[in-house]
Amino acid sequence: MKKIEAIIREERLDAVKKALEEHSYFGMTVSEVSGRGKQKGIPLQWRVGEYRVDLLPKLKIELVILDEDVPIAIDAIVRNARTGEIGDGKIFVLPVESVVRVRTGDRDENAI
Amino acid sequence: MPVSSGDTAWILISAALVMLMTPGVALFYGGMVRRKNILSTIMMSFACLGLIGLLWVLYGYSLSFGSDNGGFIGSLNFAGLMNVGQEPSSVYATTVPHLAFMIFQAMFAIITVALITGAIVERVKFGALLIFSALWLTVVYCPVAHWVWGDGGWLANLGVLDFAGGAVVHINAGVSALALVMLLGRRRGFPSEPMEANNIPMVVLGAGLLWFGWFGFNAGSSLASDGLAASAFVATNTSAAAAAFTWMIVSWLHRRPTILGTVTGAVAGLVAITPAAGFVPPLAAIPIGIVTALVCYYSMVLLKIKLGFDDSLDVFAVHGMGGIWGALATGIFASLAVNSAGADGLLYGGGIQVLKQLASIVAVGGFAFAATWILGKLVDITIGLRVGQKEETVGLDLSQHGERAYGGLLR
Repeated sequence: MKKIEAIIREERLDAVKKALEEHSYFGMTVSEVSGRGKQKGIPLQWRVGEYRVDLLPKLKIELVILDEDVPIAIDAIVRNARTGEIGDGKIFVLPVESVVRVRTGDRDENAI
Repeated sequence: MPVSSGDTAWILISAALVMLMTPGVALFYGGMVRRKNILSTIMMSFACLGLIGLLWVLYGYSLSFGSDNGGFIGSLNFAGLMNVGQEPSSVYATTVPHLAFMIFQAMFAIITVALITGAIVERVKFGALLIFSALWLTVVYCPVAHWVWGDGGWLANLGVLDFAGGAVVHINAGVSALALVMLLGRRRGFPSEPMEANNIPMVVLGAGLLWFGWFGFNAGSSLASDGLAASAFVATNTSAAAAAFTWMIVSWLHRRPTILGTVTGAVAGLVAITPAAGFVPPLAAIPIGIVTALVCYYSMVLLKIKLGFDDSLDVFAVHGMGGIWGALATGIFASLAVNSAGADGLLYGGGIQVLKQLASIVAVGGFAFAATWILGKLVDITIGLRVGQKEETVGLDLSQHGERAYGGLLR
């Protein structure tokens, strides 16, 4: 089992979610995060003048899937999150030791 | 004179309108600071409703409007509202109960102190601010109000025109704010770290309450429910509109039309028309509003960006500079045809009025700066004006008030 953590643009969430759904990946956790990478930040205006905000708002999608599904999920995310501009985000893949479904107590593959 | 029910109704409503401006300032300022200082910033204004509201009835009204002493300060003959009752005063607002005039004036004193706080948010110690505020009301506000509005006040005798408080409220608060900024220094991290506004919709709500309340401030200063009140009302709205629109355009020329800039322009327009509202023709509010937006905008650029003064919420740039321009504009655009108790300004052959207005700027500005510096220094060497480094870093909401604006994750 693997956990996918994808940092994406806020406005790409719907497309990414839909593509994952098409491959029957329904379960996910989405959170609002701030971060920076090569995009470096954006200028904002005050009453006069400007200031720079270097931590930009992004969304983080987390989902846990079977090892063999990883390439499909990555492909779905990349194709739908990409705009080609700096700031499209990153995907991390992590090993998962164990999963428990709270309602039933089901474990691992049965709980995904 | 007998009490006029129409005038009394308007003055009481106006007093209530001006009262609402102080919570308005609280929200206006509160939205512009960083998230950790929202409550402390709101509290600085709101606390004035308590502190100044008490001191005013105890002795503030008397020092401002009591029997004259050499043109400089009132006597204690109205202390504790002695001789201030349901009958009109014989000299001030002679058609409304003396108590109504007194409470209308109370709201001006309250908001003037609240305005100053915007310059020193995010670092001033709350207890020190309260002590400073009480001293400042006594030593600065009351004398200046007496000079300009008191029966026998020396600036009033000179013929200075200040319809609703351009000098008494705005120059006074703006210049005092600048003196405090110089004493207190910059916020930790200014200007290298961005000081991001936490809630601009709250700033807009505050500006809306200010604009609304300002009709009581300016049109109420006619002290009667009459044509002059209507004229001042129209001038007030027109100046706010002209300045809001101008600031929006200037901001747009720079990059984008910001809402923060637009509402700041509205407030600058309201400041500049304050001394003029009941002396100038309503359409004079258009040039007054346009010029004040430019004056305040470029004052802000100069003070904050070029000179690096951390007048955090630009009190001097908006109220000080806007008030100074408004005082001069009154000397330029005033007309006896609008208000027979006023004067003809430069445009109507009365160039001398500009000099009188200039005298009031120098006198009020100079006195406010010097007196504020001394009072601030006194508070600083006795109990300290500024919070500690750690308190500033965690934020004043927690360190000064033990509260936070928004609850956490657990519900």
